[in-house]
Amino acid sequence: MVEQFTFYFFAALAVISAVLVVTVRNAVYSAVFLITTLLATAGIFLQLRAEFLFVVQIILYVGGIMVLFVFVVMLVDLDVALRQVQFNRQKWVALLVVLAVAGQLVFALALGSEALGLPAAAPESLEPNTESVGLRLFESYMLPFEIASILLLVAMIGAVLLGKRQKPPRSEA
Amino acid sequence: MIPTSHYLYLALALFTIGVLGVLTRRNVIIILMSIELILNAVNINLVAFARHFGSVDGQIFAIFVVTAAAAEAAIGLGIIIAFFRNRETVLADEMDMLKW
Repeated sequence: MVEQFTFYFFAALAVISAVLVVTVRNAVYSAVFLITTLLATAGIFLQLRAEFLFVVQIILYVGGIMVLFVFVVMLVDLDVALRQVQFNRQKWVALLVVLAVAGQLVFALALGSEALGLPAAAPESLEPNTESVGLRLFESYMLPFEIASILLLVAMIGAVLLGKRQKPPRSEA
Repeated sequence: MIPTSHYLYLALALFTIGVLGVLTRRNVIIILMSIELILNAVNINLVAFARHFGSVDGQIFAIFVVTAAAAEAAIGLGIIIAFFRNRETVLADEMDMLKW
């Protein structure tokens, strides 16, 4: 009963604030609603018994990426951006296409797990599993882990280079 | 116990909303935020299937997705800052320097 309540509470919170992220006018409000969505997703992770991902989601997404987003929203000119039209001309076509794709996916999901050839769910076999995640990450997934760290290094160097102020253009003598 | 399909429906809703944001908004920062929504929907799917099959592999893939999302956000926002410094705009349909 508690499980049902927490799932539907977090799911409703995530979907409502996701809609607000896309529709609201001010980019700062969008960022705040995105934080709400990410926190609700973290709750879903905890409910799915993924404790490590729950903590990663809060520290990395909410604490890291969203701070970066809010910084950039503050850096670029808010007042000008607010007075412009927020949606482009293809919005109704886009809505139609997205609804069609969503209908297809709902149809595929409604066909059920037997049509998709999924085995039946393992009954509650995931114990508290931070330790096994760590073991698996450093044993079977060692190479992808190292590649991911190199990706982060490259991204860091690239971000520093992009953010550096260019030299002022040489004046024509 | 919540059936796995309910998690898939939730991820489907978040994914659809994210795609709608990418297709309709003009502000590049909000387009990047919509991409974060899409990546989150993928993570929910991965973790739900990890529970479905009783293995932690899905959670490890979700960790890699979070890593890629962090790199993508850092680079994307760096590009936006550099572009805003040169052209004074954050609107996607005014970024047409490559268009002939």
